[in-house]
Amino acid sequence: MAKELWKGNEAIAEAAIKAGCRFFFGYPITPQNEIPEYMSLRLPQVGGCFLQAESEVAAINMVYGAAGAGARVMTSSSSPGISLKQEGITYIAGAELPCVIVNIVRGGPGLGGIQPAQSDYFQATKGGGHGDYHLVVLAPDSIQEAVNLVQEAFDIADQYRNPVMILGDGMIGQMMEPVEFTEVKRRQLPEKTWATTGLRGRKEHNIINSLFIDPAACEQHNLKIFEKYAQIEKNEIKVEEYNLEGAEIVFAAYGTVARIVKNAIKALEKDGIKAGLIRPITLWPFPKANFLKAAEMPSVKAFLSVEMSMGQMVEDVELSVKGKKPVYFYGRTGGMVPTPKAIVEEAKKILGGAK
Amino acid sequence: MAVVFEKTKGLTDKPTHYCPGCTHGIIHRLVAESLEELGLLDKAVGVAPVGCSVFAYDYFSCDMQEAAHGRAPACATGIKRVHPDSAVFTYQGDGDLASIGTAEIVHAAMRGEKITTIFVNNAIYGMTGGQMAPTTLVGQKATTAPLGRDADHAGMPIRMSEMLATIPKAVFIERVSVHDVPNIIKAKKAIKKAFEIQMKGLGFTMVEVLSTCPTNWGKTPIEALKWLKENMIPYYPIQNFRTPEEVK
Repeated sequence: MAKELWKGNEAIAEAAIKAGCRFFFGYPITPQNEIPEYMSLRLPQVGGCFLQAESEVAAINMVYGAAGAGARVMTSSSSPGISLKQEGITYIAGAELPCVIVNIVRGGPGLGGIQPAQSDYFQATKGGGHGDYHLVVLAPDSIQEAVNLVQEAFDIADQYRNPVMILGDGMIGQMMEPVEFTEVKRRQLPEKTWATTGLRGRKEHNIINSLFIDPAACEQHNLKIFEKYAQIEKNEIKVEEYNLEGAEIVFAAYGTVARIVKNAIKALEKDGIKAGLIRPITLWPFPKANFLKAAEMPSVKAFLSVEMSMGQMVEDVELSVKGKKPVYFYGRTGGMVPTPKAIVEEAKKILGGAK
Repeated sequence: MAVVFEKTKGLTDKPTHYCPGCTHGIIHRLVAESLEELGLLDKAVGVAPVGCSVFAYDYFSCDMQEAAHGRAPACATGIKRVHPDSAVFTYQGDGDLASIGTAEIVHAAMRGEKITTIFVNNAIYGMTGGQMAPTTLVGQKATTAPLGRDADHAGMPIRMSEMLATIPKAVFIERVSVHDVPNIIKAKKAIKKAFEIQMKGLGFTMVEVLSTCPTNWGKTPIEALKWLKENMIPYYPIQNFRTPEEVK
């Protein structure tokens, strides 16, 4: 198939449909509106159902109901809307329901702004709602990667019965890039024998639930979920390593910021400084081992986490590096985007100090 | 020996946790019998709320989901849109439906979701220990209204059936009570009718059931039934608010 020019949000929506998503429940919020708009047109064409809910709270609970009924279902929103969805997300994680949640992140806190940001990293990777749980968090750096990851996200969700979040900054949602909708390899998935479809001849009734009133049973449920998370950590880490060979400084960056950092790396090279990048594609599970390995490379003097936030992923980088090398942070926030020039200057400052 | 009465297949054998004298048990039976008699048990999916009936998923023998507090109508929307031929119901108390879940119930009704809501109104928060509900009567004592509900401070109790009956696609709205046998029989008829209308695909259906809470009202079961009759019914009249022309 030839490459086509697609806007990020619309490409994400089409990728979901190609992955077999037939139900979408959402609520308008900038900068992700093209996702529900596209779905409202396309889903009826493929025999699916788009519904605009009265709120993000209702939308995520419709997702809960539809996922529990066995459907491939998605919702999307942006930062303040994702905060509203957190109640439903923790119930979905607790009841072990598969679904895909897209967060096209904008500046915060509060109403914040509508320009690209990465300041929902903590919320996405450290839980977000109450209780012990994790989402699988996928962070594309291009629209092509978003298209591929969205399709895989549904399989990951079904395989582990766990919600998967696509964490894209506002740039991923709003820019246009050439995209090829290639056939994504489908996983062998278990049948949804647990779904509440109505008995339809089945002997035992199915119950979708996250309530375990007996504390011992509630702990057992948590332990079971965390066995699943251990499997996800073992099997599902995705990461890009770039230019690490002989690097003096290793950048950590995800999403569109990683592409800006690559420009900075090229600029540094012209000035005779070798720099590399570790780009986590899964933010949870986090590619800890890649960072530790880089920290043990003799050439590496320091790490620099570059983010569109006040410093969130940098904490995971520090934990991964285990104090073996110093970890620095540079970020812009509130919708401001770091420039390659500023990143180059920051790297030089660090190497000057570290030498 | 001739069998004159059998427990409905719509309920499991699990002993319920309800307090002695609570009328949830009766209402569960009426819903389950209605589903069985209409032949819907095999394609029914119920949604339990948060509140006293939170464990309803263990008591109904059909497929069940447990929703977050107040969100049962949204959850039921998701289920019904995925399986349009199924019989989907929510079973919600007055804290769940008339307080935290007002947006969800109003908009499910507005969209005309083809579901049936069983709204159990006992004018108090039961599970959490007797706090004031939006439905608590003026002067009625609650743990968060120790001197009785003061209308000037806490407003007037909300009449959900009257409100929802103003919504065009809320096609069947009826308030019933279970404080005596004639009313229990009427309640069953209303619940059955609501499911029939749902299956005809005519729109949103709700039966509000006035119910007792002897424990948190501080009354014996018999006193509670009397209190319901004398205090709740004057403010929450038993009546049909909406019935679609097709089934009149």
